[in-house]
Amino acid sequence: MTASANPPAPPELTRRLPTFAEEPVTYVVTGVLLGAAMVALLWVGSYARIKPALGGIPFFYWYSVLWLLINAAFQLIAYRVLVARRRRRT
Amino acid sequence: MAVNAVALTVFAVLFALVTALGFLAARWRRSTSLSSLDEWGLGGRNFGGFVTWFLLGGDLYTAYTFIAVPGAMYAAGAVTGWFAVAYTILVWPIVFVIMPRLWSVAHRHGYVTPADFVLGRFGSRGLAVAVAFTGILALMPYIALQLVGIQSVLQVMGIGSGSSGFVKDLPLIVAFAILAAYTYTAGLRAPAMIAFVKDGLVYLVILVAVIYIPIRLGGYSHIFAVVHAHAATVNAAAAAKHKPASFVFVPGPKAYWAYATLALGSAMALFMYPHSITGVLATRERETIRRNTAALPFYSLALAFIALLGFMAIAAGIKTTNPRLAAPLLFHAMFPSWFAGVAYAAITIGALVPAAIMSIAAANLFTRNIYRDLFRPDADPAEQARVSKLASLVVKFGALAFVLGMNTQNAINLQLLGGIWILQTFPAVAIGLFSRRLHRWALLAGWAAGMVYGTVVAYGVTSPITHHFGGAIAKVPVLGQNGYIAVTALVLNLLVAVGLTLVLRLVPGTAGRDATSREDYLVDRDAERLLPTPNLR
Repeated sequence: MTASANPPAPPELTRRLPTFAEEPVTYVVTGVLLGAAMVALLWVGSYARIKPALGGIPFFYWYSVLWLLINAAFQLIAYRVLVARRRRRT
Repeated sequence: MAVNAVALTVFAVLFALVTALGFLAARWRRSTSLSSLDEWGLGGRNFGGFVTWFLLGGDLYTAYTFIAVPGAMYAAGAVTGWFAVAYTILVWPIVFVIMPRLWSVAHRHGYVTPADFVLGRFGSRGLAVAVAFTGILALMPYIALQLVGIQSVLQVMGIGSGSSGFVKDLPLIVAFAILAAYTYTAGLRAPAMIAFVKDGLVYLVILVAVIYIPIRLGGYSHIFAVVHAHAATVNAAAAAKHKPASFVFVPGPKAYWAYATLALGSAMALFMYPHSITGVLATRERETIRRNTAALPFYSLALAFIALLGFMAIAAGIKTTNPRLAAPLLFHAMFPSWFAGVAYAAITIGALVPAAIMSIAAANLFTRNIYRDLFRPDADPAEQARVSKLASLVVKFGALAFVLGMNTQNAINLQLLGGIWILQTFPAVAIGLFSRRLHRWALLAGWAAGMVYGTVVAYGVTSPITHHFGGAIAKVPVLGQNGYIAVTALVLNLLVAVGLTLVLRLVPGTAGRDATSREDYLVDRDAERLLPTPNLR
């Protein structure tokens, strides 16, 4: 068993994936959508505060949960941008 | 605590229901037989988006989460408790990027474990065994902790508290024997099916808890006000004794690094755990997991509410020296006894699902990467399935013996180390999915450096309860801030790996053979399967 025993994947299965050079915008948009929560939540100093409280809940707590919802939405959009578009191409 | 008949009856009925489901699962979507690892250990690699959502949710949000996160919020507040919310958000973008590639290459080459992939990618048996060994090592205490979660519930229900020795532990032994039996017969299908019930119960309990308990306690505003005052009292008392503040209401500047590294390190570690990877590889299509990352954060939302149960326990005046009892005691104090029974059942069943998947993952690692790769390279699929089934029993009863024979604190210490250890496989597994530039021996050396550093530093951390392994946070060299030990160890790991790669690349003939090709990381389910077993001989 050697590497050459592997036939290459059929081209019709891999053609649907654009490379970075072909579609840089797609990749940049996806990167921003996926990286946003990363930056927001790891930058702890930006939200480790009590005020403004929301219905008595300190900012630190409700802001974290807000990013949970934003991130879920962003991931859905990223999925649409990256995968659903690619499916249409084929 | 006296046994409450109503709570106990509700608990027992739900437990019996789940047991029946576990055994029925062997017939669910059954293809021909369970006599291969693809069938027994990966549910036939055929789970769609809906099942996957439940399976991964049931897999990752464990009973220990329901016990430990509110416990940490109750005892220490935001840094060690609430970071779990940040980390379970951040894990999904990471999964979105790396897991479809792992799915494709595993699908094409028939890989069952992360170590299978490492063996195929780097052609290094040493590195693959290191990854398998780390996975098993990290999973054992994790399984044991599921038992600790069940124990906490049983203790609050008053089961076995009056008796001693064997009788005291009997309920736990029975629960685990049942779990072992249906995992043995049905494989991954059993936890997948039970996960539906588990999540139904968990969401029901949380929904009721986050509405009903605050109403009884005077609203969230009041709960946070009480906790704020509590933090001031506790920390003033600590300051009077010249001890550092122990309760964090909102992290101060000195805790920023600790909070951020805990969140990031835990997020990166979660999908290096073999049981998470098992859940991913069991899906039918490449993009199932990616589509799921938009819906899976709803478990994080549930986790946020679960975390707040710890604050509710403070506001409700629950007093216990064992933080793990905070959430069960809160249910006991707040709910009518029949609903407390539902809540206890939710936590217990919540322990069984991940314990089953973890034992399957550990058994697969043992079978594929230790038994087959080191001793029986010619083991056929039927033999592998047989060995894996037996190994899953050994793993589970090992965990049981561990919990019954040793101090609970040991299980918690080792779980802490498990997170540090498993993150050290990140360069080989996750970076390996994208690049082969790091040399296989350099990866092995980096792994060893990270393992040793993480273990030694964690050993030196003291806490009020224990002299060693007292926490996951330690001062980071050079930076001078407190940070999560796992992340510091990973940085060391990477520095060693990169440094040695530069040297080893000059040595001809050591690069190893890559059994995968670029396209293998991109294919979907229609692609033809290649070489079912990577074999070095």
